[in-house]
This record gives sequence, C-alpha cells and structure tokens, in this order.
Amino acid sequence: MNWTPTRRRVATVAVLASLTLIGTLGVQMAARSADTKEQVIKVSTKRFSYSPSEIRLKKGVPVVLELTTEDIMMGFNLPDFKVHGDIVPGKVTQVRLVPDKVGTFVFLCDIFCGAGHEEMSGKIVVVD
Amino acid sequence: MTKMIDRRDFLKLAGLGGAVFASALPGVSLAAGQDDFFFVQLSDTHWGFQGAPNPDAKGTLKKAVAAVNSLERTPDFIMFTGDLTHTTDNPVERRERLSQFKEIVSELKVKTVRFMPGEHDASLDNGKAFQEFFGPTHYTFDHKGVHFIVLDNVSDPRAIVGDEQRDWLANDLKSLKPDAPIVIFTHRPLFDLYPQWDWATRDGDKVVELLMPHRHVTVFYGHIHQEHHHMTGHIGHHAAKGLMFPLPAAGTTPTRTPIPWDPAHPYQGIGFRGVGTDPKSAAATITEYPATNGGGA
Ligand SMILES: [Cu+2]
Ligand SMILES: [Fe+2]
Repeated sequence: MNWTPTRRRVATVAVLASLTLIGTLGVQMAARSADTKEQVIKVSTKRFSYSPSEIRLKKGVPVVLELTTEDIMMGFNLPDFKVHGDIVPGKVTQVRLVPDKVGTFVFLCDIFCGAGHEEMSGKIVVVD
Repeated sequence: MTKMIDRRDFLKLAGLGGAVFASALPGVSLAAGQDDFFFVQLSDTHWGFQGAPNPDAKGTLKKAVAAVNSLERTPDFIMFTGDLTHTTDNPVERRERLSQFKEIVSELKVKTVRFMPGEHDASLDNGKAFQEFFGPTHYTFDHKGVHFIVLDNVSDPRAIVGDEQRDWLANDLKSLKPDAPIVIFTHRPLFDLYPQWDWATRDGDKVVELLMPHRHVTVFYGHIHQEHHHMTGHIGHHAAKGLMFPLPAAGTTPTRTPIPWDPAHPYQGIGFRGVGTDPKSAAATITEYPATNGGGA
C-alpha cells in the first residue's frame, strides 16, 4: 500500500506564516519551522487493518502519525521505538517519533478488536 | 520430562543472580510438615477453533481430559489459564463455545477445577460471557500452605490489569508474610516477552513491582502456546503449552502463525503440565505431559 506524504502542506503553512509577518520575527519563525519540520502521515484504521499498512520513513526525520479509526477503538503499538497510542473513534491520536535506526519494524493493534485482531499489523520501513 | 532442582541449588542459582531457570515454586514444600501437593495447568484450549493447524480440533480437548484422568498421581486441583474458547465476534456463539467447553471438562474426574479467561474469551465483552459460566475473573485461594492468586490481564481489551485490580492485589499481599509461598496464575506474560507479537501486559511491570518484596513467588501463565521460562529477579515465570496448536518461539518467523500440523508427529508441541512436590526429594517440580495418551508434546 501507498502513503501520501503531507510534507508539502506543512511547508506551505510555514511559508504563509512567514509571509504574514515582517522583519526578523518572520524570518526566525520560518527558520524554526524549517528545522523542526515534522513529516505528518495520516493512518486510518478499521477492523482489522491499517491504511497504509506500510509506512516508509527516513532515518532522523521526525514524524507525526495522525491515527484515526473508522469503527471501534484500536491500538497502535510500535515496540521497537517504544511508541504507542490508543485510537478512539471520533478523535485524532498523534504519535511522534524520530526514527533513529534503519530497518523494518512491526506495528500492531494491541487492543483486542475482534476475530481478525491477531492479523492486524503493519510495518514501518526506515531507510537512510 | 520433569525439571527438578533441590532447594539448596535453587537458592545458589538465585543468589548468583544469573538468568538461570531453576525449578518452579522455590520455597514451597520445604517447610517442616509441608504437605505434598500436585496440581495440573491446562491452557489455551481454544474450543471452537477450526483450521489446518489442528485437524483434530474437536477431539483434542477430550483426549486431554482423558489424559489428565489417567494420570498416575491424582491432581489436588486443575487450573485452566485462559483462552478456553477461540474468539468469535458473535456473542451467542461465544456462549455456545463456553457452554460446550464447560460440558467437555465436566468429564474431569478431579472436581476442584478453576478457570480464568484469556483475551479470546473475555476481551470483546469485558469478561461478561465468561463470568456467566465461570464466575469471577480474578480471585485468590489457599492450598496446603501456598497462597494462589489469579490475575486477570485480559478482560480489559487493552491488556492491562488496571488500577483497581492492582489495588486489590496490593491489599491481598499485605496480609502475607514476605516468605509466604505465592503462586500467580495469569493468562498473558507479566513481562515484555515479545510485544511485537502482543506477548506482554501493559502494566505487567507494575504487578511484578508489587510482587518483588515477596521472596517466593512463581507465575504460571499461557497465551504463547509453548513452554517458556523466564526470571524477573527472583520471580520465575513459566508459560505452558497450549492444547490446540503450538506457536513459534518469539520472533523466529515473520508473523505469529501457528506451527503447521505434522502428520508424522500428531499433537506435537501441545500438552499440559503438572506442578508439585516430589515426595522423594521434597523439591517442587514441573512436569510436561503430552496432550494425549497416544503421544504428542
Ligand atoms: Cu491468549
Ligand atoms: Fe491462546
């Protein structure tokens, strides 16, 4: 499966923010949002899958996963990075991480959600 | 196969602090006048499961019941450590499976039989159906000088024991002397065995912390469908085999899928266990038995 990076949107917001301000303040803000710029990836879930189920990340680039569920409460657990979040219907759950190692890492639903629960997982691929 | 070690050796190993598996139940049976005891742990019977990993899905539990009934040493009691049934999204079917399971195990000759749920039984309805058939999901009992505590880490679908039950546990432990022999039964591991496969309990570390001041604690659990032994400090954690299909060792395969049935070795990797004092050496031992009298394990 594929994912749509939303970095462009974040960058646009940063530029707009800097345009609305003048002088040093504007320049500073633009500079700050450039180096703390997080990649935002939306992940939606439903019984018993994640979409996308494979997420490709670059080592060292901070990322925010915005997790939502289309039906019941779900979990997102990425043990290799000690990251997890409970995904509650009607809400966006944000989990942040800075991938500091290269490889393929499993994430899984850790809230029992039904007959297909044990197959509900995906992977994060971190490249250099 | 029986694992056995005497008390002196156990203390020696424990004192070295190495991650050595000794025997079960350090401190048990060794007090003067301590009665011999023997109980059987059965786990992960997954009644209702159907599929290639066990072509005898409808017969295995009955064979295991017969195997327990024919044990040379009669168990004092029998403990089922969860996943009695295989999960279903249908609440009517869930009750049907629990009912059939109950009916089959009523054939056990030993009449002191205790139950606790696994996530397959309880996580979709917070243990409601389980309780209708088997009563509370966490409780304590005493047997021949050993204090047994049954902990529920599955009725909350997030796999947590939870504040309320941990308070209850802390309160129960308060009444015990630090050297009292304690046995914990639970379904999921209380330590991070392999969270990548959901082999963990979210607040398991907090439970272990509560148990730490007690010198003789042993945990028996299920969930991972294979024998496994692990020490957190002086506390031993012993996973039992399942009685439907075996699972691979943590992380040895890309996904947690059952080990395929081997027609050349039917029932391999499934079975149950006995825990008791060895009358000859006065040591506590774990003995692993095949699922059927015809072989396996
Ligand atoms: Cu389980
Ligand atoms: Fe199980």
